[in-house]
Amino acid sequence: MRNRTLGFWLQLALTLAVSAFLGVPILQSMLAGVTRNIFTGVWKSGLTLDWVGQVLTLYWPAILLSIEIALGCLVATLLVGVPAAYGLARAPGRLARLAEEALVLPVAVPGLALALAMVIAYNGWGGFRQSAWFILAGHVLFTLPFMVRAVLAVMASSDLATLEEGAASLGAGFFRRFFDVVLPNCRSGILAGALTVVTLSIGEFNLTWLLHTPLTKTLPVGLADAYASLRLEIGSAYTLVFFVLIVPLLVALQLLVRPRTAKPLSQDPS
Amino acid sequence: MTVPIRLDACAKHYGATRVLEPLDLDITAGETVVLLGPSGCGKTTTLRLIAGLEVPDPGGRVRFGPRDVTDLPIERRNVGMVFQSYALFPNMSVAQNIGYGLKIRGVATAERRRRVGDMLDMMRIAELQDRAIGQLSGGQRQRVALARAIAVKPDVLLLDEPLTALDAKLRESLRVEIDSLLRGLGITTVYVTHDQAEAMALGDRIVVMSKGRIAQIGSPRDIWFAPADRFVAEFIGTTSPLPGEIAGGILTVAGATLPWAAGDGPVDVVVRPDAATLVGDGAGPGRLTATVRAAQFLGDRTRLAVTVAGDHLLTIDIGARETPAPGTTVTLALHPAALIVLARR
Repeated sequence: MRNRTLGFWLQLALTLAVSAFLGVPILQSMLAGVTRNIFTGVWKSGLTLDWVGQVLTLYWPAILLSIEIALGCLVATLLVGVPAAYGLARAPGRLARLAEEALVLPVAVPGLALALAMVIAYNGWGGFRQSAWFILAGHVLFTLPFMVRAVLAVMASSDLATLEEGAASLGAGFFRRFFDVVLPNCRSGILAGALTVVTLSIGEFNLTWLLHTPLTKTLPVGLADAYASLRLEIGSAYTLVFFVLIVPLLVALQLLVRPRTAKPLSQDPS
Repeated sequence: MTVPIRLDACAKHYGATRVLEPLDLDITAGETVVLLGPSGCGKTTTLRLIAGLEVPDPGGRVRFGPRDVTDLPIERRNVGMVFQSYALFPNMSVAQNIGYGLKIRGVATAERRRRVGDMLDMMRIAELQDRAIGQLSGGQRQRVALARAIAVKPDVLLLDEPLTALDAKLRESLRVEIDSLLRGLGITTVYVTHDQAEAMALGDRIVVMSKGRIAQIGSPRDIWFAPADRFVAEFIGTTSPLPGEIAGGILTVAGATLPWAAGDGPVDVVVRPDAATLVGDGAGPGRLTATVRAAQFLGDRTRLAVTVAGDHLLTIDIGARETPAPGTTVTLALHPAALIVLARR
């Protein structure tokens, strides 16, 4: 092994310390979720899956709703956000840039304020206020800018206008161009946006706290509920369930986002 | 099927800026026309009007043979186009890029594969067919772009500065290749460039453009030997014209006098590098004295920068073995046959 400098070891120590600072509480919480009695400790009381079982019986609808809303949110932001990004990328002029800035507003405004505004505006809409659609609408409002931004960034960096002209010169009409050339070349932006949208939606608490009804609890709202009103072990078991759900999802999305590995480069440029 | 192209009174405004004056241009079927000019002269706009990527101002018409295509977008004009940045699709392989136009036209898979194979062979890039675009060199991309444009058997082939992004050596070899390719295909071709050597080598006719209008249309020889005005002479050649005067059948320029059969009046005299030689004795027609400013040995010849008649700069090519030192005074003899004399307006 090579001789490392002092700087290397110091950096390594710092990195490990920061990782531990972030990671240990999470591990503790997850461990608490499978401990029979957290007040006597894991060694004395032993391990159990009872708490996890309780979480699943008590909060299964909330967990399911969260996944449904996240996927619905993904579909909505894809259907609205990708064409919007395309429109903004192709539109010249100040108005388009202004619209681009305005899109970020829902991120800048505190989630609670946004939720309050929605509640006031849609209170009279009867069923809508009570339904899960209301939460979905809030999530779409909040996550749409992230999708648009991610896609727009990729569109701006590739010379989309010329690529489209190239496709048009070969006879492709608008829809062919959009699906054959525009979308495939924005793939990385779309997937990055999708990753952000799903993560944000599943973990969203701020907005959802105000928007939910007892019948439309999502996973993070349920988590707060469990911590506030039930045994600490149940709240911790909830965290465990959350991780088991979200980590594989994130890994799967990450794998999709990773660019295809390039084939070996040519040796004979002519 | 190859077609003639006709532009009638095609002008173009962007906002308040007029980038193209009303322009008429006739291009014969099968001919290669080069649009040549400095940047901002309107050559690319003219090409884009022909392509259908721009619409002319009201009143302008674009015709492909008997077909009025003015209101058709590019995808319905059956053109082949090569872009300066190539515009190859990064999400497709080389073969998919070349076959894309055929796929759009609904050509059956087997036939498509055969045509793509022909194109790959013709451009000598068969071994690259499965590569991604990102893995190609500039020259390889250029070949793919050409193959893709001609695979659809277009009525008209349009090339927008296709060699500009390449280095000088590659540019030269590809120029020769494109030339023989165009002659072999016989497709009506419009080629845009700012490089006069490229224009000379490729064009059946050259359209020299300046400030949104046509300065001259002619064969490469016409343009070189008989430039229509100062602008064309300066853009095509290497030196600025000298001011001169014709009086009583005698041309006087920079102290030299020559018999010249033309009407009296002030003129501009274009002296190309091959229009003068070094001589020993100062007596005789067409002799003038010059001061050597710089001498560049180019291998096969020496290129002199000299000043005549005060501060007018001339470029003269002399034999490789002659080496006048900078600062010395030399005598030059002008060759009447190689001089270009333009009446000054």
